[in-house]
Amino acid sequence: MRPSRTIDISTGLFVLLGFAAILFLVTQITNREFTLNSTSYRLRADFENIGGLKTGAPVSMAGVTIGRVEDVRYDMKLLKAVVTLRIDGRYDEIPDDSDASIYTAGLLGGQYVGLSPGGSEAYFKDGDRIGFVQDAVVLESLISKYLFSKAGEEKPAAAATAPAQE
Amino acid sequence: MPSLAREFAQGTTAFLERTGRMTRFGLQLLALTPASLLRVRPIVDQVYNTGALSLVIIMTCGLFVGMVLGLQGYDLLTRFGSEEYLGTAAALSLLKELGPVVTALLFAGRAGTALAAELGLMRATDQIAAMEIMAVDPMKRVVLPRFLGGVIAMPLLTATFIAIGLFGAQLVGVQFFGVDQGSFWSQMRSSVELADVREGLIKGVVFGVACSLIAVYEGYNALPTAEGVGRATTRTVVISAVVTLILDYLLTALML
Repeated sequence: MRPSRTIDISTGLFVLLGFAAILFLVTQITNREFTLNSTSYRLRADFENIGGLKTGAPVSMAGVTIGRVEDVRYDMKLLKAVVTLRIDGRYDEIPDDSDASIYTAGLLGGQYVGLSPGGSEAYFKDGDRIGFVQDAVVLESLISKYLFSKAGEEKPAAAATAPAQE
Repeated sequence: MPSLAREFAQGTTAFLERTGRMTRFGLQLLALTPASLLRVRPIVDQVYNTGALSLVIIMTCGLFVGMVLGLQGYDLLTRFGSEEYLGTAAALSLLKELGPVVTALLFAGRAGTALAAELGLMRATDQIAAMEIMAVDPMKRVVLPRFLGGVIAMPLLTATFIAIGLFGAQLVGVQFFGVDQGSFWSQMRSSVELADVREGLIKGVVFGVACSLIAVYEGYNALPTAEGVGRATTRTVVISAVVTLILDYLLTALML
């Protein structure tokens, strides 16, 4: 057996290294939860289609995360998806004619709510509803729109060449 | 044919007996744990033996496993044109699978065999019998500190392995292949959750308990001969590896 002092020192080093590794894993590689302080407030937005938006998705303004999606549910009366946004209390001067859109981060990334400021002098208050919204872009509908417009373009062209052949 | 059936039956009973004895052994250890936690010195010595001495091999292997993940992940992800997800892929595979499992296998090979050989040799040289004669409980004095040392060391080794592995993956991905450093870490942060880290550490703890228990059981119950000690160390590695992989499936199914 080696002298116990050496053992203590290396054991101490090992344990410290282990805990440092745990700390690193917990703080550095997980998404540091956007902490909402107690002064946060809620906004509501009704969308026709939210795509793949999920609870906990970020709410951002000019790319800066200012809140989180708190709740997503379907309203049977409105026949729309009602999204509750929780905005940090620091950002309490958002013009009340700002609009909310659902964007996709990157090509395959998760979806988030982006707010673009309007020009109003009045600000959103807790519980307000965002009036101007833009739905999530669904890739399939985009593709089908593109295909249909292509098809629409080709028909007149075909009609134009047809008489020439006759 | 009847002899084959008899052999099979004998094998099954032997397996059941072994499982039952190991369970009893584990419960005995559990019952003794609270009282012996007060005696810190032997436990620290065993954390040194199982943990600190395994550190170099764990770190080396962690680095290379991470670097391989960097290579393979990069190759795979460039086929889909999404190499910025390399960080996510490396972090999730290390946290959820490779970290705990490879650490447990290395732990069984490095620390488990050492424990089993030491205890087996104590048995073979009648040290354990001598303790019993002196009214010293060998379970409390010899077996338990080794078990607890392994249980404490294993999650710490797992965390170290994963952290080093991430640096290995980053080294290959970012330094060699030029994946953007920012997207490597930010993509990782945005998709790795605390639950993933927890899953890795829980696996580390469970594998630590399983591998340490198997090592001390096999060593303590080794036949008191040179051959018996050898067989005990072999069994330790084989059983630990099999049990680790089976437990890994069960834990993954539970926590997914």
